Amino acid sequence: MSTMKRSRRAVVLGTLAVLALGATACGSSGGDPLAGGSSASASASSSGSGGSGGSGGSGGGSGSTVVIGSANFPENVLLGSIYSQALKAKGVKVEEKFNIGSREVLYGQLQSGNLTVLPEYNGALLAYLDPKTTAVTTQDVNAALAKTLPATLGILDSSPAEDKDSLSVTQETADKYNLKSISDLAAKAGEFTIGGPPEFKSRREPQFKDVYGLTFKEWKPTADTTANALKDGSIQVGNVFTTDPKIVQYKLVPLSDPKNVFGAQNVTPLVNKAGVDATATAALNAVSAKLDTAGLTALMKRVAVDKEDPSAVAKDWLKSNSLG
Amino acid sequence: MNWLNWLSDFFTAPDHRSGPDSILHRVSEHLLLSGEALLYAALLAVPLGLLIGYTGRGVTVVTAFAGAARALPTLGLVTLAVLLAGVGDTAVLVPLVALAAPPLLVAAVEGVRGTDPDVRDAARGIGLTHPQVLRQVCLPSAAPTLLAGFRTATVQVIATATVAAYVGLGGLGRYVIDGLATRKYAVTVGGALLVVLLAVAAQLFFALLARFALPPGMRAQRRAR
Amino acid sequence: MDDEPIVRWYWIGDHLGYLGHLLADHAVIALVPVLIGLLLAIPLGLACARFPRLYQPLSAVFNIVYALPSLAVFVVLIPYTGLATQATVMIPLTFYALAVLLPTTVDGLRAVPESVRQAATAMGYGPWHRLTSVELPAAVPYLIAGLRVAAVSSISLASVGALVGRGGLGYLFIDGFQRTFPTPIVAGIALIAVLALAVDLVLVAARRLLAPWAVREKGAGS
Repeated sequence: MSTMKRSRRAVVLGTLAVLALGATACGSSGGDPLAGGSSASASASSSGSGGSGGSGGSGGGSGSTVVIGSANFPENVLLGSIYSQALKAKGVKVEEKFNIGSREVLYGQLQSGNLTVLPEYNGALLAYLDPKTTAVTTQDVNAALAKTLPATLGILDSSPAEDKDSLSVTQETADKYNLKSISDLAAKAGEFTIGGPPEFKSRREPQFKDVYGLTFKEWKPTADTTANALKDGSIQVGNVFTTDPKIVQYKLVPLSDPKNVFGAQNVTPLVNKAGVDATATAALNAVSAKLDTAGLTALMKRVAVDKEDPSAVAKDWLKSNSLG
Repeated sequence: MNWLNWLSDFFTAPDHRSGPDSILHRVSEHLLLSGEALLYAALLAVPLGLLIGYTGRGVTVVTAFAGAARALPTLGLVTLAVLLAGVGDTAVLVPLVALAAPPLLVAAVEGVRGTDPDVRDAARGIGLTHPQVLRQVCLPSAAPTLLAGFRTATVQVIATATVAAYVGLGGLGRYVIDGLATRKYAVTVGGALLVVLLAVAAQLFFALLARFALPPGMRAQRRAR
Repeated sequence: MDDEPIVRWYWIGDHLGYLGHLLADHAVIALVPVLIGLLLAIPLGLACARFPRLYQPLSAVFNIVYALPSLAVFVVLIPYTGLATQATVMIPLTFYALAVLLPTTVDGLRAVPESVRQAATAMGYGPWHRLTSVELPAAVPYLIAGLRVAAVSSISLASVGALVGRGGLGYLFIDGFQRTFPTPIVAGIALIAVLALAVDLVLVAARRLLAPWAVREKGAGS
């Protein structure tokens, strides 16, 4: 009797142990050979419905794995996915760490070598590195970046595609107060609440004050809900990206920026030089050559409105541009 | 890395001393949100729990339900609620109430069931109606357990209300999330410290409440069980 | 939200493999810390049961640990354990599990009546033998009750890790939120609930087999 009980007990313990081990094994080797089993978010974009499985990660590429990061908004995930699959197509070994934070966080990770490639926006990057910069054109911005970036980091070719910050208002607000440009806000700023990502205030508040003389009533960190907050009226002015499909969906009006607070924002790969070889560089530059704003907005509509997987959308784009 | 400097920077930054991002304002937002969630959870769970505990019907179902509710991920509920109901306090109250209600429900059920059956019978015997027995006998005897349930629920709600900041709402989570986004970890640590202080204060509050608000005969009961 | 449906069923059908992968990742991130927590709780619990003076300060510390907002702990760990790594999420979860398991372990070990312990000694059981065949088995119902609470909360909490790049099914929440796409969020919540339920059933079954004498669960819980 007691031996029976003991053996039953052993069976249960054994089962538990096996379950635990099985779970561990699934996690470390499971599903996605491309991700090297180390990142859930990696698989998030590489093993979606489009199914990039079998597009080959262990091909001819030499050298170490290129780790591509992306910031925590869908367009950046899409761009990361485009970079990643363009590199895979050239036989480069790739690991994806998508949707993991803001520029501030990612930049530190790139410097420390935990990430190799980031889809960046040249103007925003420069403004982060050098808040006092006066460069606004693509050329000036990139020249300034080349000087400002530490020797270990570098940018590759900029694409014509631009995703600019904007101050947007609803169509209704624009009509009511006759707002066309940011300068037109001067009379009303004191009554308006402005919203944007959490880091928006520290980045932009001094600029609006100095350049346009605007002091807003309140700054709300509305993060990903900025467009919704505009629509429901809890903020009157919001920092919405120019390629955001919500601008069309919610009938928002991005105000023009005559004094260029928001300078050039070309999609540009930022790399840790030690991690990318000539093959990878060429592959990323080829992507930049083909990517433009209209194209990017169209891709974004598929991702954000039609809810297609960024990886599938990226794959289609690469294919139609003979890059994938 | 000098933690003390970090923290003194956090507490002395001008933005954190006055205005919408001030510590006082964030703390009061956090407390209001937590308090509101606890209130709704209590209104929902305590009467139901008392009733179920008293009648003894559905105890198994309720316990199982409460266990399952623990699994509901706050982040998922918050994001879903925002998509469905828009940005606002409701979006955060839903998951926080879902978090606080199960321990309150279980505490109410167990508290009432813990009442000595002989005492209940005696109360019935001297002519009290069921509602009277519940209110005058079972409720006081359930009080210590209920208080313990409130303590658990409060600590969890205070710690979890942090997540509200992810969808753009206020409270101390603002510091945690904004600190991460701007890579100012001191701000994150400062926010976390304040959350812990609030939670500890809440625990002390309930400990004191149990000490002074309960009738003497009730105080020792929890320990003795 | 406009006319976006709460669930686009075809999306779930199209993403079964992906969901399975996230589920497996989630299970590892959430449950390995519980197992490690258990392995730590037993010796710590034994020490606390033997030296009651140790228990008071330790339980105070873990009371505070339990109140720490998980997100903040993840953030603070990033400089040491890296962004989007398993360790960043699993280390705090281990401490949360320990915070639940330590008190239940101590309760369980204290549940052995002194007379039973003395009887075992009288029958010639050495300290190790007594521990493995009397004290620990008596603590099993308590341990499992604690494990149920710890596992379920860990499964729920792990999703917050998505905010620092590693949260298993939690990724579905931020992805769905950013794209105003409720389907992945609903799928994530449902899968987390299913995982929690499955683990809970396994633990209940384990209690039936390991401690058939314990009809009603004791200790732990709220």
